[in-house]
Amino acid sequence: MNRNTIILLNLVLVACLGLFLWWAERSLDGYKIQILNLIAVNIILALSLNLIYGFTGMFSLGHAGFMAIGAYVCSILIMTPDQKATLFILQAAFPLVENAHAPFLVAVIAGGLVAALFGMVIGAPLLRLGDDYLGIATLGFAEIVRVIGNNIPRVTNGALGFKGIPDHANLWWNFGWCLLTLYFVIRIVNSNTGNVFKAIRDDETAAKAMGINVFKMKLLSFTFGAFFAGVGGALLASLLTTIDPKMFLFTLTFSVLMIVVTGGLGSITGSILAGIGITVMLEWLRFVENPITIGDWSMNGIPGMRMVVFSLVLILVILFRREGIMGMREITWDGIARFMKRGKA
Amino acid sequence: MTLATFIQHFLNSLTLGSLYALIAIGYTMVYGILRLINFAHSEIFMLGAYFVFWGITLFHLPWAAAMVVSIISVAGIGILVDRVAYRPLRDAPRISALISAIGVSFFLQNVAIVFFQAIPRQVYRPQWLEQPMLWGDVRVLPLTLFVPLLSFCLMMVLVYIVYHTKAGLGMRAISKDIETSYLMGVPVNKVIALTFGIGSALAAASGIMWALRYPQLQPIMGAIPGFKAFIAAVVGGIGSIQGAVIGGLLLGFIEIMTVAFFPDLAGYRDAFAFILLICVLLIKPTGIMGVKTEDKV
Repeated sequence: MNRNTIILLNLVLVACLGLFLWWAERSLDGYKIQILNLIAVNIILALSLNLIYGFTGMFSLGHAGFMAIGAYVCSILIMTPDQKATLFILQAAFPLVENAHAPFLVAVIAGGLVAALFGMVIGAPLLRLGDDYLGIATLGFAEIVRVIGNNIPRVTNGALGFKGIPDHANLWWNFGWCLLTLYFVIRIVNSNTGNVFKAIRDDETAAKAMGINVFKMKLLSFTFGAFFAGVGGALLASLLTTIDPKMFLFTLTFSVLMIVVTGGLGSITGSILAGIGITVMLEWLRFVENPITIGDWSMNGIPGMRMVVFSLVLILVILFRREGIMGMREITWDGIARFMKRGKA
Repeated sequence: MTLATFIQHFLNSLTLGSLYALIAIGYTMVYGILRLINFAHSEIFMLGAYFVFWGITLFHLPWAAAMVVSIISVAGIGILVDRVAYRPLRDAPRISALISAIGVSFFLQNVAIVFFQAIPRQVYRPQWLEQPMLWGDVRVLPLTLFVPLLSFCLMMVLVYIVYHTKAGLGMRAISKDIETSYLMGVPVNKVIALTFGIGSALAAASGIMWALRYPQLQPIMGAIPGFKAFIAAVVGGIGSIQGAVIGGLLLGFIEIMTVAFFPDLAGYRDAFAFILLICVLLIKPTGIMGVKTEDKV
């Protein structure tokens, strides 16, 4: 298929998404819109982790840390100085924190940039470590971010966190960022840089022997991943309107990792499908926590049952389909076209 | 700081350190053999503490009996986890087993939330363990002597098993080279199951003693000690039992002593372990007792 047709088809797809969002905003209730928003944010997060782990092969468990940084930076910027003055009840905020104010777009970008900066600074020493060790060290980084967040009340309001963050993150913002992330990741993965990333993932020693500056490329991928994780965190903060350090526990990294693994490591379409599927499933599973009545038989709701089912499903996925939904494959227009032709023949 | 308070801090560090060491041994043994971070280990630790609680409240067992029952059944759960969630993935890429481990960890934690409920439980402690003894100025809880002593005995038993029995020989052989061990007729799956059993039993013992020291049970109680113990294992050099013990004690001392000398840092307590980890990894990536391995091309 030639390039122009593909661009046209992509534009049509984006237009369809736009129409769908326009329809959703008018006719769906708040709960369903919230789920759509979560889908967009989860896709951003999954794509950013997939870039680091699926495409460059760096086992990073530090996502919650980058998200926390993005969320805090963005929230501090979009809350008005008055709001912050009443919010910081433990200790007054630093004047710089209290007076900083920026529009939403700038705040989200700032959140991403600060997260990327942290990614670069901690990546420089940590990326020398091998797979498991890198995972543990980045996990350590995320925990340190959380503990520090608890202990600098003049910036983060300590354990109380922020409440009443302005809810700018509507469908349009979230899906806009989602598309931007998607575009960027596709572009980079299909570029020469992307090929280098994949070479490093497949065999680091061989890549080195080919004259690739492995460390520099790893740091690049890690920094990009951190940026989008920060953006995801920033959107999440504005979407939920309340954040505190407890939100950024390892569980958060775990759920992003699960989306990436279920979708297929190194598959962009996989991350999107799993991002939609898992977000919807997590909400749908809430029914097991509600009281159930079938005829005369009734059962009280069991709190926590949802996560039991969820973790069980994930164990089953990894046991019986360990490469995830898509493996490393992608759904492309070419692939669809070939499939259609085969159907006709 | 007076000598008396220093001795108290010293004993506290020793208690905490030996608890970390017991958990760390389980991590290090499994990692040494399978190259797998057994994330479910911290939930095994939690179950150990809970089973004693239920043994006493539901079945009215005496404390010591509840402890033995708990250790045995938790060892069984450890073996079961290996059989169901790890064994089918033995020849899969290592990441699959790791994800499976994370899944099992969340599964056990949430099962505990469903069946044990999330409210904190007060655990029974034998009287004789918390009657303070006075040695001159020093106030000593028998607990702070009991925990390190029992841990030490358990470690001695472990060292005996690993270095002086046939099963132990099998474990060491597998950790050197799993495929050759197969060929040499080592019953690999049985030995791995035994490793999981022993590691889980030690984690259960640690969980039980943890509940004596901090007598509140919660389904998520395993997460933080588990992470820290894993860090202890990495710091000591993962795969090495001596390393796990050294790492555990080191971590216990750093945590208690830093807070004792610099009370301002108390809020950062949970971060010490991670900072230590990052420092050690950067200076000597294989840990204190670790052996360097070269990448073969």
